[in-house]
Amino acid sequence: MPNIRFRLNGAPTEIDADPDSLLLDVLRGPLGLMGPHFGCGSGECGACRVIVGDHAVTSCDTPLWSVADKDVTTLEGLGSAERPHPLQRAFIAEQSMQCGYCVAGILISAAALLRQNPKPTEAEVRAALDRNLCRCGSQNRMVRAILRAANEMAAA
Amino acid sequence: MSSAVPTLPFSLAANPRLSSWIRFASDGQVTVSPGKVEIGQGIVTALAQIAADELDVDIGRVQMVRATTAASPNEGVTSGSLSIQHSGRALRAACAEIREIFLSAASDRLGVDASVLQIEDGTISGPGNVRTSYWELADEISLDRDATPGAKPKSIEERSLAGRSAQRIDIPDKVFAHRRFIHDTALPGLLHGRVLRPEKARAKLTGLREDEARAVPGFVAIVRDGSFAGAVCETEAGTEAALKALRKGATWTEGEALPDENDLAAFLKAQPVESTVIDTRTAANAGRKARTLKRQYVRPYIAHASIAPSCAMAQWSGDRVHVWTHSQGVYLLRNDLALVLKLPLENITVEHLEGAGCYGHNPADDVALDAVLLAKAAGGKPVRVQWSRADEMTHGPFGAAMAIEIEADLDAQNEIVEWRHSIWSNGHAARPGRGTKPTLLAGYELENPFPIAISGNPPQANGGGGDRNSVPLYEFPAWKIESHRLLTMPVRTSALRTLGAQGNVFAIECFLDEIAAERGEDPVAFRLRHLKDERAKNVIRAAAKRANWKPEPKAGTGYGIGYSRYKNSGAYCAAVAEIEGDEEIRVKKLTLAVDVGEAINPDGVVNQIEGGAIQATSWVLKERVRFDRARITSNNWADYPILRFSEVPQVEVEVIQRSQIDPVGAGEAAHGPVTAAIANAVFDCLGVRIRKLPITRDSLIAAMEA
Repeated sequence: MPNIRFRLNGAPTEIDADPDSLLLDVLRGPLGLMGPHFGCGSGECGACRVIVGDHAVTSCDTPLWSVADKDVTTLEGLGSAERPHPLQRAFIAEQSMQCGYCVAGILISAAALLRQNPKPTEAEVRAALDRNLCRCGSQNRMVRAILRAANEMAAA
Repeated sequence: MSSAVPTLPFSLAANPRLSSWIRFASDGQVTVSPGKVEIGQGIVTALAQIAADELDVDIGRVQMVRATTAASPNEGVTSGSLSIQHSGRALRAACAEIREIFLSAASDRLGVDASVLQIEDGTISGPGNVRTSYWELADEISLDRDATPGAKPKSIEERSLAGRSAQRIDIPDKVFAHRRFIHDTALPGLLHGRVLRPEKARAKLTGLREDEARAVPGFVAIVRDGSFAGAVCETEAGTEAALKALRKGATWTEGEALPDENDLAAFLKAQPVESTVIDTRTAANAGRKARTLKRQYVRPYIAHASIAPSCAMAQWSGDRVHVWTHSQGVYLLRNDLALVLKLPLENITVEHLEGAGCYGHNPADDVALDAVLLAKAAGGKPVRVQWSRADEMTHGPFGAAMAIEIEADLDAQNEIVEWRHSIWSNGHAARPGRGTKPTLLAGYELENPFPIAISGNPPQANGGGGDRNSVPLYEFPAWKIESHRLLTMPVRTSALRTLGAQGNVFAIECFLDEIAAERGEDPVAFRLRHLKDERAKNVIRAAAKRANWKPEPKAGTGYGIGYSRYKNSGAYCAAVAEIEGDEEIRVKKLTLAVDVGEAINPDGVVNQIEGGAIQATSWVLKERVRFDRARITSNNWADYPILRFSEVPQVEVEVIQRSQIDPVGAGEAAHGPVTAAIANAVFDCLGVRIRKLPITRDSLIAAMEA
C-alpha cells in the first residue's frame, strides 16, 4: 500500500493506510486528533469539517487519497489555549455554544471563510455556515463571534 | 422567611452527607460534586458560581466533578429544568453550613470570635492579622457528617458571583479541541463495537450469516442474543465493515405496522387509552353560553436529532462492569442495567462524560446497554459503541405526537364561560431506572426479552407529561382538562424537551388568539385581562414593549404573541414573533421576556432562552418524524431537516432579574410561547389559522384551501 503524504496542521505527515479510507477515520484513528467530530457520516452536518487547501470540506466523506500533497488544517491547527486564533477567542468571549459538539466544524468553516473573505457581511457569514448544523440554537452567537473575530483580524 | 421549622433542600435531604458534595483538596482546590450533569446547558458553571459564592473562594479553585455512581450524590435525572432548583439549592445550603463549620473551627484555632472573621478566596482572617484557610483546617474537620437544616446562605447583597454572568467553564476545552466529549475519550486497549438494528419497525432477527464479518481485519467478536446482534473489532473502521457484512447476511421478520403519518389525529384518537381528568374548575355564575367554538391542534412526532450520535463505553472485570455514558441519570441507568444483567447494583459503576446537546431521553441510555452487552465478549477490554446517524434518527425514543381538542363556551360578547381541553397522546416518559422492568432498547431485543414499556406520564405534581401546561394559566370561570394516554405505542416515545407543554401551549395560545380576534380585541390586552399573576403580566408587557407591539401592519409581515409559565410552576416566558409569509414562512425576529426568579448566570439564561427559541422555530417550520407503514424513513438530515444558519431569526431576550425569588430552570421555557407566537403571526400575516405542525408550504396551501 503506498504511503500518503500531506501536511497536517503545518507538519509533514505520512500515513500508511488504504487510500480509499475516509479522512475523518484517519485523522481520529491513527493520527489521534479529536477536533473533527463524527456527526452523520454523509457530509450533511459539518461537524467533521477540516480545511483542505483553502476550502472547508467534510472529512467524513473525503477519501484519504484526495488530500495527498495538500495542506490539511483541523481545529487543533487553528490555535491553542496558549496561542488562540481570533475565532477561538471570539467564541469564548461571545459564549458561542451550548453543547459545543458542532463547534469544531463551525470554527473551521468560519476560518476558511475569513481566509477568502476577511470582511464578510452577516449574510455572507450565514451563507458560509449554511452547511453546518447546530441543534442547540447557538447560531446567532456564533455569527456574532465570527464578525467580532473578522473585525479584530482586520484591525491587527 | 417563613416561621416554619427549617428543612433541607430536596437534593440535600436525599443526600445529606456534606462530604458527598464538597471536599477541600490539599492543593488549594475545592471539589464540588453535583449529581446533575452537563448536557450543554451550562449547569456546571452555574453550580460552580453558587459554591464559590457561598464558600468565598475564587471560582478558579472550583473543580467540578462529573457524576458517578461510585461517589456522587444521587440526584436522579438531569431533566425538567430542575437542576438549579435541586442541585443549586442543595449546594447553596451545604456550602453555607460548611462555611459556618470552618468559621467555628477557625475561631477555636485563632482564639478570635467567629463573628469578626472573614473569608477571602478561602483564607480566613481576623483582627490582629490572624489567619488560616479551608485547606489548613481541612485535615481536622470531617465533612463526613450530615447536613442540618437551618444553615443560612448569604443574602443577595453578600453574593458576588451568583446573579452575574460568568464564562462557562467547559467552553475553552471545546474551542481548543481538548478531549472532553465521551466521543473523544481514549481508554487503553479500547475496542469498537456496532449493533445491528432492523430497518423495519420492531422486526425480529431470524437469521444471521457471520462468516464475512469474522473475516474483517481486527475482528474480535460477534455477540448475538435473540434479535440483538453486534460486532466488536479493534478499529472503528473495522467494526463498521463488520456491521455492513452482518447487515448483508441478516434476515428479519416483517415487523409491526406503523400509523398513517398523514392522519396522526385519527390514529391517536382511535387507540385504546387511559383517561385522566387533570383538573376541573366550576363556577356558580360563569355566564350564559351563546355558542361553542371547537378546534383541534396536532403536533407530529419530533426527533431529538442531537448533532452527535449516542455513544458509550463499557469494561467488564469478572462480574463487575464500569460504564461511561452521557445519560441524564447515572443512577437510573444503573438500575436498568442491573435489571437486564441480573446483577446487584454494587457490581455496576456508571460514570458520566459529556455528550452532545441533550434535549431529553435520547438513545444515550440505550447505547450504554449496547456497550455493556458487547463488552462481555471483549475479554476485559473496554468497548466503545457509537450509533449511526440513521439509528440515532430512527431507533431512539421520539417526542410524542399529540392531538389536542379545545372547546370554549362563549357568551354573547364572546367572553369565555367554560373551557374544555382534551389531549390524545402517547405518554411522554419511559425513562430508565424507575420501574421494575428496564426501558432500554436492547432489553426488548434479547432472546428472553423484557416487555416494551408503554410510555407513561409523570404526575401533575411533577409537572405532568402529555398534560404538561394544559391547565389554563388564565382566569377562566370554569374548565375541564382531560388527558387520554395511549395504551399502544407503535412509535417509541419518551421525554423530549417540554414533554406535552409545546403542544398544549400551541393549542391554548392559538385558540385564545382566535377568540380575541372574534372579539376584535388586541391579543396582548386580551391575555392581560385574563391574568392575575403580576409576574405573568410583566413578561407579556416586557416582550410586547420590547417588540414595539403592535407595529403598523405591513404587507407580507405578521406579528404574533405567545405566553406560558413552564409547568405552571417554573419560568415565565412571553414571546413575540415577527414573520414574513407568502407561500412559505420566514421567522425574522423573536422577542422574548423571561422571569426565572434569581438568574444565577444571566448570560446562561439568555443562552438557554435563545437556544430554546431557535430550536422551537425549527420544530415549527421544519420538523416531523417521517414514516411509511413499515419503517421510520426520516433517517438522515436531508429527510429530517432542521433550521439552518440563514433561516435562524434574530432573537432578543430580556431577563427580568428577581434575586429574592428562588431560581428555576430556563431550558424549556421558550418552546411553547415561541410555537404559538409564530402560528399567531402566520394568521396576522396571511389570514389563515394553522392548527397542525409543522407549518410548511404544504400545510399553508392545505389551510388556505380548507
